[in-house]
Amino acid sequence: MTAAALGKDLVGLEFLTADQIRLILDTAEPFKEVSERAIKKVPALRGKTIVNLFFEASTRTRISFEFAEKRLSADTVNVATSISSVSKGETLVDTARNLEAMRIDMVVIRHPSSGAAQFLGDRIRSNVINAGDGKHEHPTQGLLDLLTLRDRFGKLEGLKVAICGDVLHSRVARSNIWGLLKLGAEVALTGPATLIPRELAELGVQIIPRIDDAMAWADALNVLRLQLERMQGGFIPSLREYNRVFGVTRERLERAGKELVILHPGPMNRGVEIDSDVADGPCSVILPQVTNGVAIRMAVLYLLAGGAPEWQAS
Amino acid sequence: MPSVTRLLDDTAMAGALQRMAREVVEKSGGTGGLVLVGIQRRGVELAARLAALIGAAGPPVPLGKLDITLYRDDLSTIGPRPRVGETSLPDSIEGRTVVIVDDVLYTGRTIRAALDELADFGRPRRILLAVLVDRGGRELPIQADVVGQRIETGSDDRVDVAVQELDGRDAVELVQGAPL
Repeated sequence: MTAAALGKDLVGLEFLTADQIRLILDTAEPFKEVSERAIKKVPALRGKTIVNLFFEASTRTRISFEFAEKRLSADTVNVATSISSVSKGETLVDTARNLEAMRIDMVVIRHPSSGAAQFLGDRIRSNVINAGDGKHEHPTQGLLDLLTLRDRFGKLEGLKVAICGDVLHSRVARSNIWGLLKLGAEVALTGPATLIPRELAELGVQIIPRIDDAMAWADALNVLRLQLERMQGGFIPSLREYNRVFGVTRERLERAGKELVILHPGPMNRGVEIDSDVADGPCSVILPQVTNGVAIRMAVLYLLAGGAPEWQAS
Repeated sequence: MPSVTRLLDDTAMAGALQRMAREVVEKSGGTGGLVLVGIQRRGVELAARLAALIGAAGPPVPLGKLDITLYRDDLSTIGPRPRVGETSLPDSIEGRTVVIVDDVLYTGRTIRAALDELADFGRPRRILLAVLVDRGGRELPIQADVVGQRIETGSDDRVDVAVQELDGRDAVELVQGAPL
């Protein structure tokens, strides 16, 4: 399979086939080794220019993309909206067209509106990679979760994964659901009814209201961040009660009586959705997730860069 | 119809590898500090064969493998390769004599990439190149130090190397009238 099979942009896992997702995961394997070298750099993307366009706060994802870009020898520019012309009222498409007029090859975009990456990808010739758009998708996070689970279990077919907590606001949940289902895993959602959209059941996931039941069922638990900044709607009574009813605690883990693998996309609210002794315990793969994130982003950048923008090809 | 000419059968290939193993030791000035590095894919198997032949008479020879995909100069024109293979080198190549092993030497671009990649892992004392087949057609000023078989080919020809480990047989064949 050639790179053209990935298309021009990476907007979401919803739009990829199982083979395309496997291609990205397999391509990420050798990139893990690049990050272990003394000189952590290969020339694959030498001369490519990439803009990281972040309209929303991010530490992990932005740094991860930047490392991935630099380890492939691309030239990068970071644009944070607070110090760009966006604060003067420039529209998304104007910002992007201006960047493209400077002959950039790729844009990595994070935006608070669902659909922003698709919108941009349809309007510029550069490759666009979605680094999180509103409540829609965060495909590279979904991919790194798949890679981490595959590392741990050897395969994803038949694996039972429970996604816990604030599914409603979570683009990570949506990317996980699409990716896991396409690769043959089973998915369950658990959390407060106010934060679990019923319509997601139509995608083929089950909803397990009680977290203890979900833990008894699952092989792995993807614990979502409670998005405190989006909690004006009165979705939960209090953080303490949330922790008591839905928090992943050591007592719950011991009660489940098995080696559940625990993922969390970060940043964590310790003592809310996850307790410190779980997050830092032997079941946690939270730091391997971060390591895999760089390899996954290198793979995505490498595969998309092969399909040259039209103004180069013609 | 493409025509297939057998250049080396299994016996001839074994003989060629024996000769190459001797020449590698001669040109490296002995086996001290020697490291063999095979280029993915079939160079890896050939390097292992040479290492076994050289190691049979003395201490084992350190072995590495190199995938040069990420060092190619044609990503924008040809696009990425479908699979990137593994790169693993012995602990250090610093100050060693590194012998790059590949199946076929043609344009020289693979070896150019391999030299760039090796430089990112350290500074060997010397680097030599050993290939089973030199088919001419160089596009860069690169030559092999040890050659199993030299042949003349045209740009429409293809040279196929089969190895027991991957293909179930040992052979070198010239395929004419069926370019890649």
